[in-house]
Amino acid sequence: MTPAGQDHSHDHDHDHSAIEAEDTSNSDTALLADALRLVLIEKGIFTAADVQAQLDLMETRSDRNGARLVARAWQDPAFKAALLDDGAKAALDAGFDMKGTPLVVLENTDAVHNVVVCTLCSCYPVSLLGPSPEWYKSKAYRGRVVRDPRSVLEEFGTSIGADREVRVHDSTADMRYMILPKRPAGTDGLSEAALADLVTRNGLIGVAEV
Amino acid sequence: MTAAQFDVGDRVTVRDLAAETGLSGHMRAPVYCRGHSGEVERLCGVFGNPETLAYGGDGSPPQPLYRVRFRQAEVWPDYVGPAADTIEIEIYQHWLKAART
Repeated sequence: MTPAGQDHSHDHDHDHSAIEAEDTSNSDTALLADALRLVLIEKGIFTAADVQAQLDLMETRSDRNGARLVARAWQDPAFKAALLDDGAKAALDAGFDMKGTPLVVLENTDAVHNVVVCTLCSCYPVSLLGPSPEWYKSKAYRGRVVRDPRSVLEEFGTSIGADREVRVHDSTADMRYMILPKRPAGTDGLSEAALADLVTRNGLIGVAEV
Repeated sequence: MTAAQFDVGDRVTVRDLAAETGLSGHMRAPVYCRGHSGEVERLCGVFGNPETLAYGGDGSPPQPLYRVRFRQAEVWPDYVGPAADTIEIEIYQHWLKAART
């Protein structure tokens, strides 16, 4: 299992309306979380500084990390090969520590389009993609994308031709997944930073192309 | 440690341990793939068994973990889409048996 919730988001979905989701400051859950944090600090389980350090760490987790890996893979065939061979090792070499969680990188090609889901909960490579979007944790996405992926992709504005295989990846256990999207045409002269700007979070999950 | 029994390309069928043994609780083999057959895509490594890890156990014996590729039309008889479409699922070895050919 993944240590201490690293890269393992387990908020078994509670579907809230957008308004509820935006105003949780006085919710029972928020009050409970505040009380629990204070008790744990008082008992010396962790310190306020530990909490702040964790918050700082969470802010460094962003889909820009995954985007940089993709841009580098587009520019550097050796790095791309390494990323596809052992994603976590290549990410570590590039400065992104998955803390022991294996990473499988899946390449979109003219023949195959890959898309990722976790039907059992909401497993997601947080360190490379940041916090997962609400829809990724929804029952609707998790239930539908495994059995009708093409319709779900259409809802994201992504049309995959019948001549390409759609391959769904259910992240059910110890691996985490990131898509290596197809490099867009007409980007030959772009710098790595400019290429990274083209890579979207949805492209890294596989619900969109880049 | 449990040795890996399957190779890449082997045809395997997902067992239904809940029905076979009465196993209940935390299981990470999704219900929708149980009883279906696919092909081993890769061995991911050897990992603690979540069925005991989830309850404070040590996950022993560790289980080889595979990614198994299924034809969507095999998993979902009413699948709408090209016959080439597939789904890959991580499944621990004790949930797998050799498929009858």
